[in-house]
Order: sequence, then structure tokens, then C-alpha cells
Amino acid sequence: MPELTNSSALELAAGLASGEFSSVEVTQAHLDRIAATEDDFNSFITVTDELALDTAKAVDAKRSAGEDVHALAGVPVALKDLVVTEGVRTTAGSKMLENWVPPYESTVHSKIRAAGLPVLGKTNLDEFAMGSTTEHSAFGNTRNPWNLDHVPGGSSGGAAAALAGFQAPLSVGTDTGGSVRQPAAFTGTVGVKPTYGSISRFGIIAMASSLDQVGPMGRSVADAAALHELLAGHDPLDSTSLPDEVPGFLDAARTGELKGKKLGVIKQLRGEGYQDGVRDAFSAALEVAAAAGAEIVEVDCPAISYALDAYYLIMPSEVSSNLARYDGMRYGLRVEPETGPVTAETVMSATRAAGFGDEVKRRIILGTYALSAGYYDAYYGSAQKIRTLVQNDFAEAFASCDVLVSPTAPTTALEFGAEAAADPMALYLGDVATIPANLAGIPGLSLPAGLSEGLPVGFQILAPAREDVRLYEVAGPLEAALESAGGRVLDTLAEGLEAK
Amino acid sequence: MKYEDAIKKYDPVIGIEVHVELGTATKMFDAAPNTFGGGPNTNITPTSLGLPGSLPVVNEKGVEYAIKIGLALGCEIAETCRFARKNYFYPDVPKDFQTSQSDEPIAAEGQVEVELSDGTLVTVPVERAHMEEDAGKNTHVGGATGRIHGADHSLVDYNRAGVPLVEIVTHPITGTGERAAEVAAAYVRTLRDIFRALDVSEARMEQGNVRADVNVSLRESPDAPLGTRTETKNVNSFRSIERAVRFEIARQATLLEAGEKIVQETRHFHEESGETSSGRPKSDADDYRYFPEPDLVPLQPSREWVDRLRETLPELPAQKRRRLLAEWKFSDLEMRDIVNAGLLEAIEDTVTAGAKPSAARKWWTGEVARLANQEDRHPTEIVTPAQVAGLVDLIGQGKLNDKLAKEVLSGVVAGEGEPAEVMDARGLEIVEDTGALEAAVEEAIAANPDVVEKIKGGKMQAIGALMGPIMKATRGQADAGKAKELILAKIGV
Repeated sequence: MPELTNSSALELAAGLASGEFSSVEVTQAHLDRIAATEDDFNSFITVTDELALDTAKAVDAKRSAGEDVHALAGVPVALKDLVVTEGVRTTAGSKMLENWVPPYESTVHSKIRAAGLPVLGKTNLDEFAMGSTTEHSAFGNTRNPWNLDHVPGGSSGGAAAALAGFQAPLSVGTDTGGSVRQPAAFTGTVGVKPTYGSISRFGIIAMASSLDQVGPMGRSVADAAALHELLAGHDPLDSTSLPDEVPGFLDAARTGELKGKKLGVIKQLRGEGYQDGVRDAFSAALEVAAAAGAEIVEVDCPAISYALDAYYLIMPSEVSSNLARYDGMRYGLRVEPETGPVTAETVMSATRAAGFGDEVKRRIILGTYALSAGYYDAYYGSAQKIRTLVQNDFAEAFASCDVLVSPTAPTTALEFGAEAAADPMALYLGDVATIPANLAGIPGLSLPAGLSEGLPVGFQILAPAREDVRLYEVAGPLEAALESAGGRVLDTLAEGLEAK
Repeated sequence: MKYEDAIKKYDPVIGIEVHVELGTATKMFDAAPNTFGGGPNTNITPTSLGLPGSLPVVNEKGVEYAIKIGLALGCEIAETCRFARKNYFYPDVPKDFQTSQSDEPIAAEGQVEVELSDGTLVTVPVERAHMEEDAGKNTHVGGATGRIHGADHSLVDYNRAGVPLVEIVTHPITGTGERAAEVAAAYVRTLRDIFRALDVSEARMEQGNVRADVNVSLRESPDAPLGTRTETKNVNSFRSIERAVRFEIARQATLLEAGEKIVQETRHFHEESGETSSGRPKSDADDYRYFPEPDLVPLQPSREWVDRLRETLPELPAQKRRRLLAEWKFSDLEMRDIVNAGLLEAIEDTVTAGAKPSAARKWWTGEVARLANQEDRHPTEIVTPAQVAGLVDLIGQGKLNDKLAKEVLSGVVAGEGEPAEVMDARGLEIVEDTGALEAAVEEAIAANPDVVEKIKGGKMQAIGALMGPIMKATRGQADAGKAKELILAKIGV
């Protein structure tokens, strides 16, 4: 395992700052690693070698000229292919946008460009972020670096696999119902779903607008915190963007203490349907936290039992509307009907039939139905009420706890072709622990908490809205405590890869 | 069945939806310029094209204009309201949904006082005014008619997509009887005047700034439940609105008389024939799957802001008419004529420029209107209020009489300059030289002894026979009053 690709983003940042190595060297090392491993992992839809090296050169030049640069300047990053990149193909993992080159820039990519982070490429995902295995991509499956027979999770599966496979030190994902946290859990990496509105959605291809949030991902809590700091902040182009000042997330991750912190274990999220190995790893992590001085209590959030149902009404409803624009009239795929007249209606129909995969179609149909006259109150209306109840439950729980905790997912990474992986309902159930945070708009973080049968287990921390800083205050010291107790989870993989 | 018969037999109920394009600098949800014209697809941004990842941001000026309209219509302004998505697939709708407002409009429950041509006042109840965005424009190419049928392809221009609109919806307007068609047109005209007074839109019907959809239904009597309605879309002139309502009332009555049912549908109005034709059935099959727009936060106009807008609301046309009527002391009929002739503003400006209201009215509705009529133009297009005020002033100073003033006016209309300049250039100023006038009077008396005898005999109107020669001798510049005085003095009556 070459040293540069095994380093954390902050180690790379330090080495770049001290002149130990250049951004071109760092970037090239990662591009080489991608070239050597992509056949196995398929993390990327598009690798942007030239763009990355151009950025690296420019940053190196600035540094040699003594100019002030961002702390992360020169540290490469991978972007989920849901983030619009001006001039670089952006597919959303769909045939619909297979050849779409955006004529405008997203706020996320603007910030990354301005800070001088070389973009290695666009990572694979479930089509339009719909799925939890990355099997619903029009660009093939991404495989879990821990075991190529297993899924990396999803929808930010490519982003997570790129981290776990040491192809990229940082990744940007998106999380609508767990799409950052669950793949982080499945790959032994760290994924954060910030408070809704923390990071601009301008230029993030929408799945479900009221739930979507960009998430920083890394191989350590501190790396994710540093990336979160870079991406967060008010954006006048996103009406749902928060006006808040960005707090020092990295500082919180470094100086936070478990001593005196009250961790509420959500009663509803540790029982039935959880693999024994997941439960055991979670309990062991709680013991480590307690040993480090944290107080562990159990909290009751009854509305969470209905969160999944509410999510699967609200999410598809918004999906059905957000994805209406892919009609073959202005951009992207356009398919004319094979028989019959060529009219706007038949072209729209043929385009959507050919361009969307089954999971996307399934959700569009669900959402169209849920919003229909006569059903709206029973479905969308009721779901919004549950959403309020979930928010209330969380508010009550946070009144007595600093953070809430649970396993990130009920299982470890599923095997390709496993029965559960083929059953949409079983897969939907896998989101049970992550969805409530999206419904309530609160922030959540997943960090690795050991292994179960050779696969990583994720530990989820939830904080009140706009208190993302608490995630890092707890996750930072917890990560340290877990590593000193059982070693760094990803080291196991790194050793395994080296042995190969 | 003819309209006249139809309204004797049935009670018509109308309902009107008016869309007005707001005159903001940019579109409702993005920074693309909101301007008329320009090359196709030039006034666009990623948001007005609905590109993947693009997001809307509310135009605050658009909200301000909507609130002003709501206030002017006497509506309640919502303390909180939301945008909603109206989902439907159509090529001119870039996102395949229109951002509109559904069950939470910004303004609700108002009324508009509408004045008909004979001065009758009708109160039209307004249900709501809500904000939304316009769609793009389709052009169908290759067919003979320019319609989609028979065309071989269509072009879409998204310049208009996202232009801010306010839609004003009335409650059913009842009790208008035989004047239903007239009320419909007068209502839209009143709204147009209000939009202009508020300065929220150019409100030009011919540019499509103001568009009306007209709902019509008939019932047996005012006590009967509402009948099935039709909605005639995009009727875009006052005259067309009146014709469309008349046609629909007659058409529906004919069907009802034949024992047939009215189909609830949208209909199209045809300018050439004055008829409407069936569009598409409008029924429960229309399901727009409205839901709150998740990309925008609820709108909560502060009460302070609303109050400030209320205070700065300009005088509305109806208020102004009442005020001016009192100030000018015209008769109701005179006032109505002015309003109907579109001369209220011109006369107001002329009075502001110093003319007496009666004189301003006399010139605008008299000689100016006559000259304009000859050229098939509006009086305000041939002279300015300042020019009419100048003319009136010259008369007041005694420099012109009415006859000379008309000559000066024709010079002004011909572009010869301001009234005083035309008067000087044409040498039309009334002669103040009494010597010249006396000479002309004496000459006329000497030449017409028979007329003089008649005057001496008490036939005062015979003086007129002397005025001709006097005016001729003074090239029309004699002051008629003074000449008359002199005649009487000289012949000793």
C-alpha cells in the first residue's frame, strides 16, 4: 500500500503545507491507484485525470509562489455523480443523462474549485440516488473493497468504495434517507448527513428536495469535519440554505470529550431485524464510550416506528415531480417511439420508458399515486403529520440527551444476489435507522465500530438540528477510543489489500 | 337562441380568471431578465430551463407587486402562504410542473367596484389572487394554420418561462342578468386600470400582459343551483371578452332549449367569427397533483411591510373618479363621457397645468377629439395636456378667441410648434388696436345702411350681419365683443 493513498486527508494537507510532497504527486498517486483498482471496484463513472492534475499543478504553483491557499488545497476529492460539474459529464447514474455535460456550476463544486481540491472523478451511485446497494446504476455495480462479492451500500456506494479502496482521501456524497451514512457503515468509513440546509443543494440533482442533503465523507471523523467546514455555509441560490455561520467542526472533532456526554440509545432502533453481529459491535462501542466517561441512557421515540412509512410516501411524491423534467425535450436522452406518430407526448413517453431504470420507475409510480386527487390527504398529508411527530419525538429525546445513537444499519453489507438485495421491501427496511434524521432535518454521522464476520459495522450519532458540531464533539473522541480499544477498522482492510 | 332571448329565459353566472404579467426586472424564481422580445431562448438561466440541480429563489419584487394587487382589490394578505407545484407534462413547461400557489394564496377575499358605460356600479367578488410563473411559448411549424394539428415540428421559446404572473379569480358573479357580457369586459378593464395605477405591469392586452379566461354557466332562475360551466381560455381584448360571453350564453341556451346537457370543458375563442369552439374536456380527469413546493420556504410577509405597502398604495381609478367629480363639479354624464373616451388623465393633467376644468373638458372632448377622429387616432396622441393648457391660457389672456384657437390647434397638431409659437408664426393674435377696429366698424356701418336700420328697430341679431365684413377687414382677429360694443355706440342704440 503506497503511503500517499493510505494517508488521511489532513495528513496529506499537512504534507502539502510543509512541502513534503506536491499535489501533483498526491493526485497522480490516487489516479494510479484508481487505474489499478477500478476493474475491481468500479467506484467511478467518470475519472477526470486531466482536470485533477491541472488543479494540482495550479495549487502547487500557488504554494511555491507563497500565496495563501485553503488548508485542504491540493488534497484530492471524489464527487458523487449527482453533483453538477460545469463542463464535466454529470449522469446521476442514469441512462437519461448519460451524455449530459452541464453548462453551469454547482455551489459545492464552486467551493471545491475555489479551495483548490483536485477532483479525481465522478463516483457511481444508484440511479438518481434511489437505492441502497448501488446496483441500480446504469453504469454497472460498484463492489465493496472489503469483499468484492458484497455491495458497498448506496446510493453513495461509489463515493464510499473510493474511500475504502484508497482511491480517494475525501468524497462528497448525498443523503436523502441514509445514502451517505449507510455506505459509510458498509465500507468502514465516516459519512455525515448535515442538518438540512447546512450545505447548498444548488447544482445537486434533486431526488427528494425536502430530504436531500450533501454529505462529506472520509476515512476519519476529522477528515469529514474538515470537508464539512469547506462545503457548509449560506447560499443565496438555495432558498432552504441556513443563514448560520459555519462552526469549527474540525476543532470540535479534535477537542471534544466523551466525559459527561449523555448518549441516548434509541429503543426502537436496536431490536428486531438487526443482525447479531451488528448488535454486538454496537453494544461493544457503547461500552467503550461508557468507559471513556459517557453516560448511556435509553430513549423512547415511538413515532420512529412510522418513519419508514412516511418516508416512502414523501420521498416518492417529491421524486415523481422532480424527475418529470426528464422528458427528452431539452437535454439528455431523447427517444422517438418505434411505431405510431411522433408527438411531444409519445416522445416523452418513449424517452422515460427507455431512460429510467426499474427502481426509479417504481418510485415515480408510487409518488404519482400518492399525490393523486383523492389520495393526497390519506398519503402525503398523513405522512407530513408523521414527519412532525418524528420531529417532536426527537426534540423530546434531545431535551434529556446530548446526542442519540443507534447502529447505522441493521445489517452489514449484503452479498450481491442475496435474497434481501433483490427484494425492494427488504431493502427499504434497511433504511429504518437512517431515515428518521432526514424526515426531521437533523444531522447524523456514521463511524466504524468494529467488524462482524469480516465486514464493517456502522455506529450512528444523531444531534439536534443546527447542532452538527455535537456530532463531531462525540464522534472524534469515540473514534479515538474505539481505535485504541480495537484498532483502526480500515487498517484491517489495508493490511488485507497489501497482503494480496 | 339569440343572446337577447337567452338572457330573458336564463340567469347567467360568470366567473373570470385574469392573469397579469408583472413588470419586474427579473423572472419570478431566477435572475433571467423579464423583458418582452429578444431572440428565442436568450432570456434564460439554468433555473428557467429547469436544468438538473437548478433551484428557484423567490423574487421579492414579485411578491411586493402581488401584495399591492391584493391590497388594491381589498383582499386579506396571508400572514403565511406557500408555493405549490402544479404537475403536468407539456413541452413549454421546463420542469414539467408549474410553480404556483394552491390552497394558500397570498391574497384572498376582496372585491372590485366596476362601473358600466351608463354609470351603473357592479361589485365583483374576488375569491383570491395568487402568484405563479408563466410557461414558455410553442410555435408549430409546417402546418397551414400555425396550430399543432398538421404541423411537422414545433419550436419552444423559454424566454417567457418563469415570468411572474398574478392570477386573480372571482367568485361566481351573479345578478348581472342581461349585462353579464358587459360586466365581464368592464371588470377586466377595471383590473387593467388598477394594474397600471399600481405600476405593477404595463398591462397591455395586445402584448398578452393581461389575459382572461371566462367561465359561463346558465341556470333557470337565480334560486336554482349553478349550472355546468364552460371556460373560454385566453380571451385577450375587452371586446372579445364581451363577444365570448355573449356567444357562450346564446350557445348554452340553445343547447338547454334542445334538452341537451352542457359539457364541462375548456373552449377557444375565435376572433374572426366571434365564436367559441370545444377545447378539451375539463373534469376530474385533470389531476395536477398539487403539493407544497419543497424547494421554497413558506412566505411570511411581515405586517409592517404589508402596512407600508398599504400606505403607499396610489389612488385607484374608482377613487380618483369620485374625487375629481367632486373637484371639477362636472355632471355624472360629463364625467362618464370623459372616462369612456379615455380622457380622464389628459384632462387631469391639463388642469394641473393651469387650465380650468370646464375649459379643459371642452377642448379635449370637442375640437381635439374631432381632429383626432379625422385621423383615426386617440386625442392624447395628437396633442399634449400642456399644449391644451397653453391654448386655454392664450384664450384667457384675450389673445385668442375660440375660432382663432382652433386654427392654432390645427397648427399644433400639424407639428408647427407650441400654441404661442403657432399663434405668432401665423399672425393670429387678436388685434388690440381699437383704431383699426373702429375703422372697420365704421366702414361696415356705412356699407350696410339697411342692417343698421334693422338694429335701430330693435332686431339685435342683425348685428351678426355686420360682424362678417368686420372680421373680414381685420382678418378675423377682431374681438367680437368689443366690435359689438362699438357698433351699438356708433349707431347710438
